[in-house]
Amino acid sequence: MTVMSVPILSFLIYFPLLGAVILLFANRRNAQFIKVFTLVISLIELAVSIPLFFKFDDAAKTMQFVEKADWFPEWGISYFLGIDGISLLLVLLTTFLTVICVLCSWKAIEDRVKEYYITFLFLETAMIGTLCALDLVLFYVFWELMLIPMYLLIGVWGGPRRIYAAIKFFLFTMAGSVLMLVAILTLYFFYYNSTGVYTFNVLELYKASVPIAKQYWLFGAFALSFAIKVPMFPVHTWLPDAHTEAPTAGSVILAGVLLKMGTYGFIRFAIPLFPAAAIDAIPLMSILAVIGIIYGAIVSMMQPDLKRLIAFSSVSHLGYVMLGIFAFNMQGVQGGIYQMLNHGISTGGLFLIVGMIYERRHTRMISDFGGLSKVMPIFAVFFMIITLSSIALPGTNGFVGEFLILLGAFKNNVVYGTLATTGVILGAVYMLWMFQRVMFGVVTKEENRNLKDLNGREILILVCMVFFIILMGVYPKMFFKKMDTSVAEYLAFVKQKSAQARVLEGNTVPGKMAGEVANTNMTR
Amino acid sequence: MDASIIPACEFRWIMPEIMLTGWGLLLLIIGGLTRGPVASKTCGVLSVIGSLCAMYFTVNLWGANQDVFNQLYTIDNYGTFFKGLFIAILILVSVVSLRYADREEIGSGEYYALLMFGVLGMMVMTSSHHFVTIFIGLEVMSLSIYVLCGLLRGNIASVEAALKYFLLGAFATAFLLYGMAMIYGSTGLMDVAELKKFFLMKQPFSATMFIIGLGFLIVGFGFKIASVPFHMWTPDVYQGAPTSVTAYMATGVKAAAFGALIRVFFTAFVPFQFGWSEIIWILAVLTMCVGNITALVQRDIKRMLAYSSIAHAGYILVAFITGDRALASSMLYYLMAYSFMNIGAFTVVIVLQKKGDNNSDLDSYAGLGARHPFIALCMSIFLLSLAGVPPLAGFMGKFYVFSTAVKAQYYWLAIIGFLNSVVAAYYYLRVMMYMYFRETIGEPGTVDKAPSYGLVMLICIWALLHMGIFPKTFLLIAQKAVSIFG
Repeated sequence: MTVMSVPILSFLIYFPLLGAVILLFANRRNAQFIKVFTLVISLIELAVSIPLFFKFDDAAKTMQFVEKADWFPEWGISYFLGIDGISLLLVLLTTFLTVICVLCSWKAIEDRVKEYYITFLFLETAMIGTLCALDLVLFYVFWELMLIPMYLLIGVWGGPRRIYAAIKFFLFTMAGSVLMLVAILTLYFFYYNSTGVYTFNVLELYKASVPIAKQYWLFGAFALSFAIKVPMFPVHTWLPDAHTEAPTAGSVILAGVLLKMGTYGFIRFAIPLFPAAAIDAIPLMSILAVIGIIYGAIVSMMQPDLKRLIAFSSVSHLGYVMLGIFAFNMQGVQGGIYQMLNHGISTGGLFLIVGMIYERRHTRMISDFGGLSKVMPIFAVFFMIITLSSIALPGTNGFVGEFLILLGAFKNNVVYGTLATTGVILGAVYMLWMFQRVMFGVVTKEENRNLKDLNGREILILVCMVFFIILMGVYPKMFFKKMDTSVAEYLAFVKQKSAQARVLEGNTVPGKMAGEVANTNMTR
Repeated sequence: MDASIIPACEFRWIMPEIMLTGWGLLLLIIGGLTRGPVASKTCGVLSVIGSLCAMYFTVNLWGANQDVFNQLYTIDNYGTFFKGLFIAILILVSVVSLRYADREEIGSGEYYALLMFGVLGMMVMTSSHHFVTIFIGLEVMSLSIYVLCGLLRGNIASVEAALKYFLLGAFATAFLLYGMAMIYGSTGLMDVAELKKFFLMKQPFSATMFIIGLGFLIVGFGFKIASVPFHMWTPDVYQGAPTSVTAYMATGVKAAAFGALIRVFFTAFVPFQFGWSEIIWILAVLTMCVGNITALVQRDIKRMLAYSSIAHAGYILVAFITGDRALASSMLYYLMAYSFMNIGAFTVVIVLQKKGDNNSDLDSYAGLGARHPFIALCMSIFLLSLAGVPPLAGFMGKFYVFSTAVKAQYYWLAIIGFLNSVVAAYYYLRVMMYMYFRETIGEPGTVDKAPSYGLVMLICIWALLHMGIFPKTFLLIAQKAVSIFG
């Protein structure tokens, strides 16, 4: 009880904010102090989040580290935080990547240093809040709150077309989320009409038995909002611009955490709230995911700009995640979640790598490089490892995730599985081809001849990334056992709930599912 | 009791009104006797003190429920809520004027007196069931504001604003009065509470005349809340009027018109909700869309805020359409949030204006984030609140208003509303973009720094944060206020 009563999640959420407020009063000329201070804050944050991992009870089926207080009880809005095995890992990813981002911005950001770090800490608050919130209003508040700092990060510290990219990012995401808000409200009043209780508590709303026709609309609104964030195939167009223009740390956090909010939203909200609609949407979502995988891969093959290439590869990787989630079996979903973490680390790593050469050469065009492996041998080693992790070589983290997803996809539907597998090959093609053009061959450009190899700080950053790439590749059990129970619970819940909805409607997939449910109930 | 005798003790119920009237007259006399900057400062300070006293009396009225002066005037929580809001607006505008009116040399006694009389009119408007009293209140308010708009005598736009507002306003008032007359002709009643009973008892009445009357009422009120298609005056008047008056109009007049509109319709005309809601459905959608889309192309911040205020009226109408009396509190909450964010934004506009220049081009905001980080931060908070970004009050307000629509199953209306707020986000963000992402254009103008502006901005920010993060107190107040509709 003593452990539970420490509001550790609240601490994680508001500690960066506190840091940001203190920074407001810092002297802007003393950039060194601001950097060190932010680093300390983010390190403390990381240090506080690590015990979550070890204190987390693997076997518990409920939310953990729960904090609950009334916020506005008349409306059923509460301050309700809690994490399960799925959000736990994402929270850790967030705290870890924030430290990395602070370190990698050390030299890259010279302009308005103070505002930059304030924005970053603010962003961390919003991200962790989004992952921990179990009340729909609270979730929505943090969800929208993430937009502002990211908008500023891209718009103030971004590349030449930053204003276009920042506004596009903001409007796309906001358009999706307002539709979600209408859906949230509809669900809220539906629940009130059927039970007489006003609540935004997600765990309570899971119990609502929404008619299937209504589920389609509501799922559609939630799914659109999350699909924009993921981003899935037809609504992905903001991502390449945002990634290309964002500063390195912005790209890392965007790829590492913000995109995961979309997939996380599917698992936490869209699917369990509207399970029957979600199961009916499997063909649509899977096809879009497969299109994303192949399309993203093909487009990235042709990109002349390194960052754009990685951005499109994100579309492809997130396609895998979605395919896994919509396989609705243990392998697929676990693989999907694992791939979320992997993508955060390997694609985050790639953005760091690009940032490092960009700092040296101030260009990201592939054609401006060539033969770098001779000039920068240490850099080459790290780049190779991260590239291999991104194409899912066995032994790296990427392999575990992609393998499980494909396994799940094949179990679900052979066609999707087969098509998605081609993405693996294409992935190897565009990554290795890019690597070859940048790193191998002769040095053709004079400017590249005297490039400095990595310094201590950069090596430290990449060592951290590579450590996790290998750890997650060779010992995935450590992470899987955290989410086993949660995922099993989630899947069981979704299946049972959707079958139940169909029984209530009476229009089941003829007899079979209803019969199954009846049987299982009898045996119980 | 003989109806013609008014007991003297009834006057204690209208202490805030008496306070403002008396104080306004006093300021007129002082203004007549003295001139110059010292007089301007004195009048300003006196005006703030007077409003604070009026606020004290208003707060004391909370919870009282009383019909006075032969049912011509009503003291209830609904009216008291609005009185409190108007006086809060008056205080904030007076504090801003301490410096602004001085700078523009309009700050004589009559300026502050007119501000007070305007608020007096608003208070009368929202505290009566009776059409005649409502009309008198509306006129007192409107006449004060016609004069206030034209105070910048040397400025042609200001004079144009006053004339335009006066001519169109007179027409609109005539419509309102005509509507009231039609309803009287149809039913024989001028009192909204009586009308409610009348409809409940299903008495016979002339339906055609009643419908025309109702239509005229909507036109009259639609003009004052600046809903499309009765909005044409808004941008010119808002732009031409002295900026402090714009802030006062954009918040006070709109709140007063909504206060009277909600009281009239929600008391008496709920049985016909299916009829008028269809008309207002169209008005609301038009108001949101026209306001937001036209705001997209404005380069003058004052004009942009004028169009955005049209759009905000549309958001409030969304909740109005549902006719949900229990959730009418959403509109009150929204008006409260809207007042604070708009006064805040207009204060920033004032700070950035130069003496004698009544415009505020977007270019003068370029690079503000680097030159004056505090002002830019304040403006960002106001703009984000206007855009409805959590955790600010603007978000809670929108959330509440649109949840009312969703509850009444007006899904499309809610979706249109939310999509409109995405459009709106674009032009609010564009100002932020100029402040933070652009370099200063040309010679950076000096900003008019004064502690009074800072005070108002801080109060507004505090209110927005408090209402957004801990909405409970404010929501309960708003709910108590609308409990009169029962």
